[in-house]
Amino acid sequence: MTVETALATASAKAAGKRPYFLAPEVERVMAIAMAIAQELAVARARIDTLERLLERKGLLDHAEIERFTPTPDEAAQRGLWTQEYIARVLRIVQQEAENAAAGPDADLASEDVAVEVARDAPSDSR
Amino acid sequence: MNATDTKTRYQGPPDYRTVGRHGVFPQTTHDEIERFNYLAQMNRHLATRVLPSVRTVFEKRVAPRVAAAGGRFANRHDVRKALLRDPYYQTWSALRRMTMEQRQQAGRWVAVRQAEELAAKVDRAVTDDPGGFVPDPAVKIPRYVSAVDHHCMPGSYHTELFPGDVSAASNYDSGIFATTGGTLGRYSDGGGQALLRWVHHNLPEFEPRDILDIGATLGHSLLPIAAAYPRAQVVAVDVSRPVLRYALARARSLGIGNVRFVQADGADLSRFRDSSFDWVQTTMFLHELSNPSMRAIMRESFRVLRPGGVVLHVEQPQYTKAMPLFEQAMRDWDAFYNNEPFWSTMHEIDLAGLMIDAGFKKPDLIHGAATAIVDRDVFPDAADDRGEDYGRKAAWHVIGARKAA
Repeated sequence: MTVETALATASAKAAGKRPYFLAPEVERVMAIAMAIAQELAVARARIDTLERLLERKGLLDHAEIERFTPTPDEAAQRGLWTQEYIARVLRIVQQEAENAAAGPDADLASEDVAVEVARDAPSDSR
Repeated sequence: MNATDTKTRYQGPPDYRTVGRHGVFPQTTHDEIERFNYLAQMNRHLATRVLPSVRTVFEKRVAPRVAAAGGRFANRHDVRKALLRDPYYQTWSALRRMTMEQRQQAGRWVAVRQAEELAAKVDRAVTDDPGGFVPDPAVKIPRYVSAVDHHCMPGSYHTELFPGDVSAASNYDSGIFATTGGTLGRYSDGGGQALLRWVHHNLPEFEPRDILDIGATLGHSLLPIAAAYPRAQVVAVDVSRPVLRYALARARSLGIGNVRFVQADGADLSRFRDSSFDWVQTTMFLHELSNPSMRAIMRESFRVLRPGGVVLHVEQPQYTKAMPLFEQAMRDWDAFYNNEPFWSTMHEIDLAGLMIDAGFKKPDLIHGAATAIVDRDVFPDAADDRGEDYGRKAAWHVIGARKAA
């Protein structure tokens, strides 16, 4: 029961009106970004723990990580991963660019099309 | 930077794994610990790297803008309202608020996901110690507790997710480190240690037999005092049942047996006869009350004290005329933006006058200062800290009185 309860209530709001210091839409995005910053620190700490444990077990020399040079093939794989990652994160920028390039005629709202396709007389001849 | 450099240069919170683990402390995973570590560092960064420039923007642009418009600051609220329009103050405030919300979320996650195991441990401790916890279902949760959740702690100290749930107390306990950056020490008892040293130093002959702590919550500030006077009978009261049950289990697991935990409102201590205690105290408690309740607690403290007994309250410093309006406005932040609604009024009230109204004599009043006492090998010592976190620093005033013999 309690993991479900934790999922549902760990992020509960405290009683009392929440103050907004910035425009609400800005503060909302900032709050999400700061939570992600926290989780990045947590992930970084976990990697650090892993490296240190491997080093203690003699499986890894810390300096090796700093000296690490990927082979050309490895470098390509890593580069590709980073390209994919950035494209994922900046999805909205790409979509806005596509939209700007396509012009207003290509930018139909589904809500408008819904009206169009619901008509009795087909408008395909338009 | 090599390892030696890191060791000698590092200033900041210790690793969360140095926090003391009593018998009902929640289990924490690697990542849950690192979340608290991050939050302690974030609070430190905000206090030491972001906050100081709020003064700069106040002096360089906020105050000049108000002056240029022909305005003036009549009080701290004028200063705060002018600061609220400044983008730097807005950014600092938004970050400070978010960090508190993240701290609550992190602690609640830890406590709620294992709420049943924690409740079972506390149940056992309470069952094993008949009389250690004295419930009183007639005690009502005061409006000043229920209206808004203090320091953004969802559900405050008193709510239960199910009968016997102690996750509220466990969240509060496990996250104190993150909010204070370790400055309250291993068992968050730096305030109690400080009060104890103050008493040893200033009242060396004082040998209390009966001690009362009002608003004890987890008992964390009280336990060093109970431990220092093992023959004393110590009573911890609070309005909230779950924190008291948790506090009992916590105290017993730390080997402290001379404290009873009694559900009671400090404004009505009628269950205790006149002249029952030698020492009555509150620690960082008055600011979470209301004006009528604080006055009633002062009167009740006087009544239950024996002649020659001492009442001591530990709090952040009062707003005096000598304190600049800017500092008062900064100290008010928690009142308005961290759900501490009585903080602002409480710090402007003449507490000495209130104690005289309650029956104490002016020459018997006590004023002092105390800084958190921690294991300095591991934890940061607030006495070494020349910075100011306006209301969050582990350095307090002691105000009290001795009841005339």
